[in-house]
Amino acid sequence: MLYYILRRVLYTLPIAFGVSIVVFSLIHLAPGDPLSAVVGEVDAKLLADMRAYFGYDKPLYLQYFIWLANVATGDFGSSLRSGQPVINVLLPAAGNTMTLGALASLVGFSLGIVAGMFAGYNHGTWLDKVVSSTAITGVSMPHYWLAIILVIVFSVELGWLPAMGIGNAPSLLSFETLKHMILPALALAAIPCAIIARTTRACVMEILNMEFVEALRARGLSERRIVLHVTRNALPTVLAVIGLQFAHLLAGSILVEVVFSWPGTGYLLNLAIFDRDMPVLQGTLLLLSMFFVFTNLVVDILQTWADPRVSRA
Amino acid sequence: MKLTRMKLALCCLALATSSGLAAAQSKPLRVGMTLSEIPTTSGQPDGGFEGYRFTGYTMYDALVNWKMDDPNGPTTLVPGLATEWKVDDKDKTRWIFRLRKGVKFHDGSDFNADAVIWNLEKLFNKAAPQFDPKQTAQARGRILSLRSWRKVDDYTVELTTDAPDSTFPYQTTYVFYSSPAQWEKVGRDWAKFAFQPSGTGPFRLERLVPRERAELVRNSSYWDPKRVPKSERMILLTIPEATTRASALLSGQVDFIEAPPPDFIPRLRAQKFQITSNVYPHIWPYFMSFKEDSPWRDLRVRKAVNLAIDRDGIIKLLGGFAAPAAGAVDRSSPWFGAPKFQIKHDPAEARKLLAEAGYTKDKPLTLKVLVSPSGSGQMLPKPMNEYIQQNLKDVGVNLELITADWEQLRNCRRAGAGAPVCQGAHGINNSSATVDPFSAFKRIYSSGAVPPNGFNYMYYMDPALDTMIEKAHNTFDERARDQWLARVHTYIVDQAIDVWVVHDVGPRAMSPKVKGFVQVKHWFQDMTPVYVAD
Repeated sequence: MLYYILRRVLYTLPIAFGVSIVVFSLIHLAPGDPLSAVVGEVDAKLLADMRAYFGYDKPLYLQYFIWLANVATGDFGSSLRSGQPVINVLLPAAGNTMTLGALASLVGFSLGIVAGMFAGYNHGTWLDKVVSSTAITGVSMPHYWLAIILVIVFSVELGWLPAMGIGNAPSLLSFETLKHMILPALALAAIPCAIIARTTRACVMEILNMEFVEALRARGLSERRIVLHVTRNALPTVLAVIGLQFAHLLAGSILVEVVFSWPGTGYLLNLAIFDRDMPVLQGTLLLLSMFFVFTNLVVDILQTWADPRVSRA
Repeated sequence: MKLTRMKLALCCLALATSSGLAAAQSKPLRVGMTLSEIPTTSGQPDGGFEGYRFTGYTMYDALVNWKMDDPNGPTTLVPGLATEWKVDDKDKTRWIFRLRKGVKFHDGSDFNADAVIWNLEKLFNKAAPQFDPKQTAQARGRILSLRSWRKVDDYTVELTTDAPDSTFPYQTTYVFYSSPAQWEKVGRDWAKFAFQPSGTGPFRLERLVPRERAELVRNSSYWDPKRVPKSERMILLTIPEATTRASALLSGQVDFIEAPPPDFIPRLRAQKFQITSNVYPHIWPYFMSFKEDSPWRDLRVRKAVNLAIDRDGIIKLLGGFAAPAAGAVDRSSPWFGAPKFQIKHDPAEARKLLAEAGYTKDKPLTLKVLVSPSGSGQMLPKPMNEYIQQNLKDVGVNLELITADWEQLRNCRRAGAGAPVCQGAHGINNSSATVDPFSAFKRIYSSGAVPPNGFNYMYYMDPALDTMIEKAHNTFDERARDQWLARVHTYIVDQAIDVWVVHDVGPRAMSPKVKGFVQVKHWFQDMTPVYVAD
């Protein structure tokens, strides 16, 4: 197991390197000037001066190696917009996104698994039909649209919950922050919840048709024990989907964070894209990519724990 | 005894009134901005003129400020940190600014000539320890005439321009003054200064949470008693999404928002929210190429396209929140002049002019315009451009819209017509500010402003116009200068140099409890009289 974990950790290094090249190249391939949004109304001559001052006149490969060398020492540079070190901007944003992602995961994953299990066990019944149609609706619904609808219903019409922001509480673990998190978390949770419900349902249905379940029943095991066996067998597949969805929750919340003005990495990324704030953009994209790599690593390890055959494969 | 009782009653009444007022003013004013980041707070704000509006003129002052209390007249210059300014009669490049005495920065240090020189070095002297390239980037393009600066005495500075320029005082309105003492106190670090800034403005920053909020509090000892803020605290919140902004207002999370979405306005009105608007120096145009191969070189084509556009229809599309353009500046501007060419919707005349220019149904005119899906001052570019496309189709002009990212569009504007970044377009749809004579005319229409030296994207080069612009910049009597600027504008309209469509009117929405807001005809608005009543 330890060897397997070490091997998986080592695999992430070339992936991280590859990601850094892709991140850097994509940003520089995009149209526009790295400084144009930051410098305001300046003509081409002044822009050239500023470009030289910030080092953007150097060949691209040189800019990449300078950046990579700095990142390797933990220096992500400073935001062109605010002058703050990128790491100081990135860490609070990542904290906000993770908090929101954690709540959305808690809601989405638990609801999805429970609904999927029920639907799978009660295949063909009205319960299955309700879960399946709700799941299809959930998958088909754009989360930014759902976000706007939630705001209109719960903030504007009912006035129960705030429409935007993170509040002014000193800590993320406060009632005020929780109030601000509910709507974005619901908007974020809808799609993963639906996907996990559908996956779990399909898995449970498939496992229930397997011969070993018949054998368990023939041996007179109670339905409760059978559920445990089915769950254990469904776990690797559901875990893989949960892992991907969790990474999506952390990395793919740009639109929801913008709609709710939630100051997380998605909002930061959106801001950095529009500002062409290269150091922030590079740092955020690298961090989000690392979220994916790390989540996959954790899922792989969990899958090995759930099904030891995986490590031997 | 009677008198004493009367005095007592009066005192009680005064106390009750003042405490009531204090209570009314103690409610924070929460503002939903359209920006997604708090504009920089260290002196020169970024975020365009919205930045100037919220972290510029609130926390800082310029030598010359804008008059921001008259909603009817054009906004003019008023003394700021300088009480008077004058050009030298013998040497028209030499300006003397007399500084206001007794002004203090928020940290308690004195504002004086040394502070002015220190701030100019901050922006324009790369060797100065306080040089801040980020602030330079914001200011340099707005005070291009400045060549040198010198302290004359503790309260007098001399600024020189590289050529005589009567519009120089306008350029000084874009430079704000940060406290040298505070910069020393925070360890000579502009990033730290941004969190503990010190200016001379009517508000001071108490708390900054990047990308979320800036909390500004009243500077009770502001040098202009008339502009001491009515509100004890103003909270600026970043809400870039228009629907969220309106929802936040409707749900009582904010008191004041900028640019409410047109779809929400009827509902906001129905719920007694206040909606304000006023035309301001903004133009939503097409700047077109005058290069050799451009069909735009034909005056008949230029006039025809201007006449083909149904501006009233576009304004209806915008929920009534725009004003029809009859030129680069609004009719109420002292620089409008008296153009003979009347810009209106006249498709029949447009067809006639196009036919005279040789364009028929069999040989239609095709124009390619680079447009952006969004951007500062771009209003609602997609539906507006598609509306114009339909208008032009009605008179036999094929308008091809090439959609590009906002930054790419701005780069095309900088690079000029024909540059590879412009993707073969004949023109660009890039909104423009016409706040001051330099930004309204010289940087766009003079031969000297062709790329890379300015924003004459069009490569419009006309000695007659150059002469008029130079005359305006060399005329130091304000009225006479405005007359020259009116001639400049008359000329550019009669030549139909651009396609002028609409002026924005900057709609804002606020809770019925918000009092004191006067929307002037400007990009900058005074937030000091605004407060939330009980």
